[in-house]
Amino acid sequence: MNIYTEIILDHYQNPRNFGEIKNPTSVSEASNSVCGDKLKIFILVENKKVKDIKFSGVGCAISIASASLITDYLKGKSISQLKKINKDFIIKMLGINLGVNRIKCAVLVGEAISKLKV
Amino acid sequence: MIDFLKIKSDFPIFKKNPNLIYLDSTATSLKPQSVIDKLIEYYSSYNANIFRGVYKISEKATEEYEKTREIIADFINAKKQEVIFTRNTTESINLIAYSLGRKIIEKNDEIIVSIMEHHANFVPWQVLSSEIGAVLKIIDIDEEGYLRIKDKKSRKINLYEIITKKTKILALTYISNVLGTINQIKKIIKSARKINPKIIIIIDSAQAVPHIKVDVKDLDADFIVFSSHKMMGPTGVGILWGKEELLTEMFPFLYGGEMIEEVTIEKTTFKRTPYKFEAGTPSIAEVIGLSEAVKYLEKIGLENIKNHEKNLTQKTIKRLLEEFSGKIKIFGPKNIEDRGGIISFTFDNFHSHDIASILDNENIAVRAGHHCAMPLHQRLGILSTVRASFYVYNNEEDIEKLIIGLKKVYQILKK
Repeated sequence: MNIYTEIILDHYQNPRNFGEIKNPTSVSEASNSVCGDKLKIFILVENKKVKDIKFSGVGCAISIASASLITDYLKGKSISQLKKINKDFIIKMLGINLGVNRIKCAVLVGEAISKLKV
Repeated sequence: MIDFLKIKSDFPIFKKNPNLIYLDSTATSLKPQSVIDKLIEYYSSYNANIFRGVYKISEKATEEYEKTREIIADFINAKKQEVIFTRNTTESINLIAYSLGRKIIEKNDEIIVSIMEHHANFVPWQVLSSEIGAVLKIIDIDEEGYLRIKDKKSRKINLYEIITKKTKILALTYISNVLGTINQIKKIIKSARKINPKIIIIIDSAQAVPHIKVDVKDLDADFIVFSSHKMMGPTGVGILWGKEELLTEMFPFLYGGEMIEEVTIEKTTFKRTPYKFEAGTPSIAEVIGLSEAVKYLEKIGLENIKNHEKNLTQKTIKRLLEEFSGKIKIFGPKNIEDRGGIISFTFDNFHSHDIASILDNENIAVRAGHHCAMPLHQRLGILSTVRASFYVYNNEEDIEKLIIGLKKVYQILKK
């Protein structure tokens, strides 16, 4: 099955929320030992809501698209909604069928998010 | 003349997966029918534990297991008692680090590895050095992926700046699993011994034994290690060859069943090598299956295999540069005589995992990532590479399929 769907390629080629936040309330990092990819997440929380969220780093199309889609979704959401981000949620959002080895790429953003102090 | 197109029919995996283009033999090789049949033969005809059984099928299993040891010994020109079966190359190297390294390495001694080592021949020495306070020295590579060991003027191997009287261990790979570089092991060993006759030399031959003739007497290393599964044998078997006098002095690695001579409440005495190092029930079926892999390799002939891979490598590099000039970067020596059938590359700024996934859609199996050689990728200044590697069952059609696959990769990922 083709995992490089239009939506994945769109978010890979034009990632949303790519960059850094100057005054984040928390920053976290996650890396994939298989390929050495690293993703950094910056978050600005105000009144228990995600006021801003950005990511930086290097990654494959799947990990970049996943970070782009998830950060886009989280903007303006509550902290309790952020805490609901897990593997199943991410895979559902990507809408593609990934093998065991590529799932790690998709959930890298989730791992970084779970490390945020919010 | 070997008909390499016909060889494919010896590998049943192509019957189940007729469109499979398998370019990942550096990770593990495919297995011919004869090896698979041998596994079935053991399980269906003489499935029994070895050594202590006094009944017929146990004796038969023991005989087959020990016959494989002889076959391996002949294959690498060694003595039978110098061939030890482990689980894999990684375990073979760990065994040496534990059983010999801990015994001989003292504070401020030197252990030398190279930047192109697989983690299996890097991490055990890094850990041992840091535990004991020894110095880990790392031989660098040049721009083409050769070890930096040559005198700038004479172009001859010069190890005087690397090896000293304090050097206890030199652990080097024969063929790089990323760059494909075939190191001039025989010359390096000779040169190292001239500087320090007491040096212990370990050669990681996991990528060499399946592809080129390795003669342990001719090379004069102290230890040669390799894996069954990369030479068309079953998984779960590593080989450790070592000089008998060294093996005799070494500590056992694992303690327990099979490796003992006598156990009393007060103390235990151990068997001689190789049995001292083979504690517990080994991978009996897999060791026995390995004998068929060696027979298969000898039937085709290592010289033929080497030439076949050289031919495919040369053509692949030529085709890649023709089709993707300026977009593709191939690592390793330019001189085809100095490299094995391994081609690692980067393509545009595409991520190796994306390239491999798209190739997988075309039924092309390549490896993507750091190939268990992170220090090397760090040295090359890249995160990961795509690696295509060849063996007996590959042919020129595979090269064209790879080219078509990479064109698709470009179509999908280009920005």
